[in-house]
Amino acid sequence: MERQSPVFTVFVYAAALLLAAVILAPILWLFVMSISSAADLSTKPLNWWPEEIDLSRYRVLLSTIENSAGAAFTASLFNSLKVAGMATLAAIAVAIPAAWAVSRTSNVSWSLYAVIATYMLPPVALAVPLYMGLAYLGLLNSVFGLALVYLTILAPFTTWLLKSGFDSIPKEIESAAMIDGARLDQILRLITLPLAAPVMATSALFAFLLAWDEFFYALLFTSDLRAKTLTVAISDLAGGRVSDYGLIATAGVLAALPPVLIGLVMQRALISGLTSGGVKG
Amino acid sequence: MSGTWITTRAWLLMLPLLAVMIAVIGWPLIDTVRLSFTDAKLVGTEGTFVGFDNYAKMLGGSNFQRAFITTTWFAVVSVTAEMVLGVLAALLLNQQFRGRTALRALMILPWALPTVVNATLWRLIYNPEYGALNAALLQLGVIDSYRSWLGEPGSALAALIVADCWKNFPLVALIALAALQAVPRDITAASLVDGAGPFNRFRYVIMPYLAGPLLVALVLRTIEAFKVFDIIWVMTRGGPANSTRTLSILVYQEAFSFQRAGSGASLALIVTLLVTVLAVAYAAMVRKAAGAS
Repeated sequence: MERQSPVFTVFVYAAALLLAAVILAPILWLFVMSISSAADLSTKPLNWWPEEIDLSRYRVLLSTIENSAGAAFTASLFNSLKVAGMATLAAIAVAIPAAWAVSRTSNVSWSLYAVIATYMLPPVALAVPLYMGLAYLGLLNSVFGLALVYLTILAPFTTWLLKSGFDSIPKEIESAAMIDGARLDQILRLITLPLAAPVMATSALFAFLLAWDEFFYALLFTSDLRAKTLTVAISDLAGGRVSDYGLIATAGVLAALPPVLIGLVMQRALISGLTSGGVKG
Repeated sequence: MSGTWITTRAWLLMLPLLAVMIAVIGWPLIDTVRLSFTDAKLVGTEGTFVGFDNYAKMLGGSNFQRAFITTTWFAVVSVTAEMVLGVLAALLLNQQFRGRTALRALMILPWALPTVVNATLWRLIYNPEYGALNAALLQLGVIDSYRSWLGEPGSALAALIVADCWKNFPLVALIALAALQAVPRDITAASLVDGAGPFNRFRYVIMPYLAGPLLVALVLRTIEAFKVFDIIWVMTRGGPANSTRTLSILVYQEAFSFQRAGSGASLALIVTLLVTVLAVAYAAMVRKAAGAS
């Protein structure tokens, strides 16, 4: 091992503190804004810590009284849950058979690369026909329409992750079961899918986070409480005439909570997924 | 079982995915190509065939050229900064110190924060009247009076780049850290015995392990940065005075704000072509690097 000089040790701790501050300061400030009174946020010099902790905005945003700011926020929260949930389930459903087939049949694997190459496409290249198509089908401003559009992102992504998951399950286990007389559906149901359960869970979480994060399509294809997602609701708050910055910050904290918790709890699985090539868009 | 049956079975299993991909990607892409040769409006008129008029108009216009430069500038500066900061943070996180595990855990936070929340957060930090950046810089004596960071063409793009870097460099750091942990201990020990200095150690011992994963991260981040829309839309909507109007913002305005579906589609395809060229060039680089190591 390298002998560390005291100077080097001090340098390492100083750099670590700096890095921690850079990462934490903006996030802590978002939280502090959400619990500061409007007066604390608009004084000069700024109060870095509120005189009195004010949790009223959380109550306001999570209330479901009709026509309140809270009703709009909770509606968008549920829309995000619905759209991300449906899109994730649909993506996993089409990805499982395809990923297994590609993993076990090398001479069709080129088709997977064609599917993955669509990742390069900027969403703007698809947006106009998708808009016209959804309008034609009556699916504009609908959670179903938006979930369908999210498959453009989620389906290639989950297929890719699942394929590498299936690759790590030895073919021989399946062959052995086949020799014992098991049918393909039995092999998949009883052997392969249970073994692939952790990968499927990670892929589903990744897909859910991607859909939760999505903004561009949601901005284009939704217009009111029936389908507007959280990202659009927050962008409306940030760009609108809301004078209480604490309210915007509170909406941000609430929207960030699910992915941040998933990120912290699933850290190990997420990092191995990230480093094996899957990167959130 | 015969080979043909296995291949047929594979295609059958892929059918649902392929059907979905054709419906939501294949068809829209082809229709974008068709629209790009028409003067169609977003709603109402089907449009008539106009040949390459849209392309000529878009490529020749100053809006496109300016947006292209803005996008390139954004992508080059933010991705370079993310790579440098990411590698530095990874080298730090690879050292022995107390609290290392906790610091690694923190790195996941900016990545997990939704892009729109990140943009909103920084918009509040940059706020010209009550923002934390103004307050902090004034209290530290760096500035004499509050500035409008996102409201001035000179600083808006730089402010956006800082916000984008903060969100994305931790991801690069995590990827680089995973690569660093794959460097065998005895090789670094041997290089120390041989008297290699820190710089030579990084260049000849560590870099070969870092190059591959970093190159992949560089490719993905550059493509992402070239497509950038969300963070800019939420923070500046392309302003002030169009100083942060990137290509994706320009396409959005053309196709949806002005409802010119035809010219918007041609612009979108030009952007797609640029991203494709970038990706193919990078893929060649990755293959060459993989062949060299």
